[in-house]
Amino acid sequence: MKIIIAGAGKMGVTLTRQLSAEGYDLTLIDDSLKILEESQVRYDVMVVQGNCASMETLEQAGVKEANLLIAVAGADEINLLCCMTAHGINPNIHTIARIRNPEYAEQMYKMRDMFALSMSVNPENQAAVEIERLLKYPGFLKRDTFAKGRVEIAELRVDAGSKLCNIALNDMNNIVKCKILVCAVLRNKTAVAPDGNFVLREGDRIFVTAPTNNLAILLHNLGIVTHKVKRVLICGGGRVSFYLAKQLQKSGIAVQIIEKNPARCVQLASNLPSACIIEGDASSEFLLEGEGISECDALVTATDLDELNMIISLYGASCGVPQVITKLSRMGNSNILDALSLGSMISPKELCCNTIVRFVRAMKEQTGGALTMHSIADGQAEAMEFLVDDAVLHCGEPLRQLKLKKNVLVACITKGSKTEIPNGDSFFEKGDTVIIVTNGDKVLYQLNDIFEA
Amino acid sequence: MNYKMIGRFIGRILYVEVIFMLPALLISMCEQAWASATGFVVSMVITLFAAIFLSFLCKGYKKKFYAKEGLVCVGISWIVMSLLGCLPFYFSGAIPNYIDALFEIVSGFTTTGATILADVESLSKGILYWRSFSHWLGGMGVLVFLLAISSANEGNSGFTMHLLRAESPGPNVGKLVPQMKKTAGLLYCMYVLLTILNIIFLLIGRMPLFDAVCTAFGTAGTGGFGVRNDSLISYSPYLQNVCTVFMLLFGVNFSCYYLLMIKQFKSVFKDEELRLYLGVVVGSIALITWNLKGFYDTLGETLRHASLQVASIVTTTGFASADFDLWPSFSKAILLFLMVIGACAGSTGGGFKCGRALLMLKSLRRSVQQIVHPQKVQVVRINGHVVDEKIVQNTNAYLAAYVTIVLLSFMAVSLDNLSPMTNFSAVLSCFNNIGPGLEAVGPVCNFSMYSPFSKLVLIMDMLAGRLEIFPILIFFSRTTWKHR
Repeated sequence: MKIIIAGAGKMGVTLTRQLSAEGYDLTLIDDSLKILEESQVRYDVMVVQGNCASMETLEQAGVKEANLLIAVAGADEINLLCCMTAHGINPNIHTIARIRNPEYAEQMYKMRDMFALSMSVNPENQAAVEIERLLKYPGFLKRDTFAKGRVEIAELRVDAGSKLCNIALNDMNNIVKCKILVCAVLRNKTAVAPDGNFVLREGDRIFVTAPTNNLAILLHNLGIVTHKVKRVLICGGGRVSFYLAKQLQKSGIAVQIIEKNPARCVQLASNLPSACIIEGDASSEFLLEGEGISECDALVTATDLDELNMIISLYGASCGVPQVITKLSRMGNSNILDALSLGSMISPKELCCNTIVRFVRAMKEQTGGALTMHSIADGQAEAMEFLVDDAVLHCGEPLRQLKLKKNVLVACITKGSKTEIPNGDSFFEKGDTVIIVTNGDKVLYQLNDIFEA
Repeated sequence: MNYKMIGRFIGRILYVEVIFMLPALLISMCEQAWASATGFVVSMVITLFAAIFLSFLCKGYKKKFYAKEGLVCVGISWIVMSLLGCLPFYFSGAIPNYIDALFEIVSGFTTTGATILADVESLSKGILYWRSFSHWLGGMGVLVFLLAISSANEGNSGFTMHLLRAESPGPNVGKLVPQMKKTAGLLYCMYVLLTILNIIFLLIGRMPLFDAVCTAFGTAGTGGFGVRNDSLISYSPYLQNVCTVFMLLFGVNFSCYYLLMIKQFKSVFKDEELRLYLGVVVGSIALITWNLKGFYDTLGETLRHASLQVASIVTTTGFASADFDLWPSFSKAILLFLMVIGACAGSTGGGFKCGRALLMLKSLRRSVQQIVHPQKVQVVRINGHVVDEKIVQNTNAYLAAYVTIVLLSFMAVSLDNLSPMTNFSAVLSCFNNIGPGLEAVGPVCNFSMYSPFSKLVLIMDMLAGRLEIFPILIFFSRTTWKHR
C-alpha cells in the first residue's frame, strides 16, 4: 500500500517510524530538506521536498498511485488544501487531515463530508477527551474504549493493602462481584498473560476488560474511593487545556487554568465563561499554593514543556492531590517516568498516531481488519477489536475447542447491545465484535490470525 | 475640522425642520388661530433663509469626515435646531420670553417634557401639535431621519456611522443591516408603526383624534408633553393603561423589535438588558404598590397608578396619572432611582440606560473579584458576548461625567434658593429627559419659577442627557477646536 505523509514534524516522523516498521511504501513530503534527509537516513522511505499543497509536489510524490494521504503539516488550512488537491488529482485516494484549531472543532463532521476526508484527527481534543474520562473514574490509571464505548480496558495498580493482593485470579470474582476479565498483568516491566492460577502481588499493574457500567461496581467493591472530582487545576493554557476545560464545564466541574501569556489568558477568558483564568507562572510554588493546589481534586499539567509538567505533577503529588494527570509530548523513556509519581500520563501525539495507524491497518485489510486498536501495558500488549464476518473461521464453536495462538486472549464478545466476558463455553457468531488481547510480538491483521495454523 | 461639511448637514436639517413645521401651520390655519399661523410663517421663513444661507456658504465641501466631526455635527445641529425651533412659540406670542421658548422646545426635542407653561390648554392647537411633534422627532433623532432619507450615495459612505453613534443612545451602537440608509429607514419604520398602533389604541378608548395624536407623539418619543394641564389624570383608566403599555414598549431597545421581525425570538427573550429592564419595572411596581397600601381605594387603582408612574419615569417619559409628590417617601425614592436608571439602550428613552447599568454592575463585580484574586483574568460579557475593554472604560468615563454634571448643575441651579429636593430632582429630571420632578417641580407644577440662568443650565443638561453627554462635552474640550 502506498502512503504519502505530508509534513515531517513530530507527528509525521512518529507516523513514519510506526508505518515503515509495518512495511508500507511511504513517501514523506516537507519543506525542509534537512529534516527529510534525517528521516531518509533513519527510515526506509522516499522523500520529496516542497509545499505539500502544491500539485506539482504531490504529483512528484506519486499521488496518482497512492492509496492514502496523511496531512500532518503545521497549519490546518494547509492540511485541508493538501487533502483537497490530492483528492482532485486522484479521486480514489483516502485522505486524513490533522485539524486542531478549536474554531474548527465544532464543524469537524461537516468539514469531513465537504472536503471528502476519510478521517480528521485532532490530537489535543483526543487527549482532552481521554483526560476527562480519567477524571470521571479517578481510580484508574488509563482507560481505552471499544465497541463504541460499551466496553473498556482499564488499568489498575495493585497497591499494598489492596483487596486484590495475593489473590489468585480464579478467586477474584468473589471479591469484585461483577463480570470482569484480567487480560494482562504488568509485573516487573514485563507483560504476562495470566491464567486462572496467577496470583496477584503488590506493585502489579493489571488490565481489566469490563462493560463500562461494571467499572464503577468494580471500584466500589475493591474499596477504591472514587470521590467525585469537583475542582480541577490545569497548568498551562494550550489547546489541550482549552478542550478539556470546555468539556469539564459542561459537567459542572470548576476549572482553574494557570497561563503565563496575558493575551492567551484574555482569549481563554473570552471563550470559557465559567472557568477561572489565572495569569501567572505555573512553575511558581507560591502561585500554586495561592491557587489552592492542596485542596483541588485533580491536577492536570498541560504546559508546552514536558519537564515542567513533570515537576509540577511531582509537586502536586507531594501536596497530596488525589489525582494527577501529566501531559507529555514524548513518552520514550517510559521506564524512568514510571518510577516517578506522575499519575496518569497522556500523550496527544501518541494517541493520535495510534488512531491513524489503526486506520491504516483497517484499510489494508478491507475485510476483517481491526476496528480499533489500543496498545496497553507500556506497548507490550495490544488490544484489538474485530468484527466477525463471513470469512471468519470457527464461528459458533465454544472457545475451549479452539486452538488459539500462544499469548492470544479473547477478552470480550459483544453481541448486539449485549457485552459478554467470555468463558470456555462462549462462542462468537457473524455480526459480533470481539476484543482480542495479544502481546505485541506479532501484528494481527485479521481475526483469523488468532487461530493456530 | 471640516466646517463646510457640518454646515451642509445643518442646512439640510433646517430644511427638514421647515417641512415638519408645515402640518403645524396647516392645523393653525384650519383652527383659524392667526397669531400662531403668523408665528409659524415667520419662523419658517427665517429657518428657510438660514438653511439656504448655510447651503450656499458651504458649497464645495470636502468629504473628509471623522468621529470628531460626527460628534460636533450632532451637537451643533441639535443646538441650532432648538434655537430656530422655538421661534413659533416666540413669534406666536404663546411664550413671550425667548429663553422660556427655548427651554420649552429643547424640552421637546430632547423628549424631556419639562414645561414652563402653567396653562397648556389655553394654547392653540398648532402650537400644541408642534410641541408634541418635537418629542416624536427628537425621540428617534433628526439625524437618523436624515440618514434614512439621504441619497444612497451619501448614506453609504462610512462617516454616517459616526452620526448614528453620536445620536443613538446606548454604550454600543451597531447597525441592524449592512447599509446605514436601510438601518435608519428600518428604525423609523418600526417607530412609525408603533406610533400608529398607539394612536389606534387611544382612539379605541374614545380619545379625541388630536389628543390621541399628541399623546402618542409624547409616548413614542418618551417625551411627556400632554395637551391637558393635568397630564393624564383626567383620562379614563383604559387610556392610562394604554399609555403605560406603550411607554414600556418604547423603552425597549429597538433592535429587539428587529430581532422579533426576523423571528429570532430566542435571542430577544435571552437579552440580559431587556430582562434587567423588565425586572426593574416589575420590582418597582410591586414595591410601590406595597408602599401605597391604603393610599387609594382599591388595589386595582393603586396598581394602575403605580405602574403608570413607574413606566413613565423609567422610560423617562414624564406623564403622570397622579400627583406622586404626595406619595410616601419610599415610593418617591424608588422613582428617583428609576429616573437615573432609565430605559434600554437603543430605545427612545433617556437616563443612564439599563444596558450601561448592567455593564457597570458586571464591571464592578469583576473589580471586586480582582481585589480578592489579583491574578485572575476576566472579561465582561453581556448576552454571552465579550464586551470590549474600550466600551467598559467608556462606560466608566460616562458615569464619571454623568455624576460630575449632575453635581455641578445641582449647585448652579441652587442659586435660585429653592429647596434642595426641588433642585436635585429638577436636575435629575432634566438631565435624564424625564420632565416632572418632586416638590416645586412635581407633576402638577412647572419650571417657570427658575431664573433664566438656571433655565440655561437645565437646557444644557437636557441636551447633554439626550445626546449622551459626549457630543456636548466635546465643545468644552480644546482638542476639538485645534487643527489636526
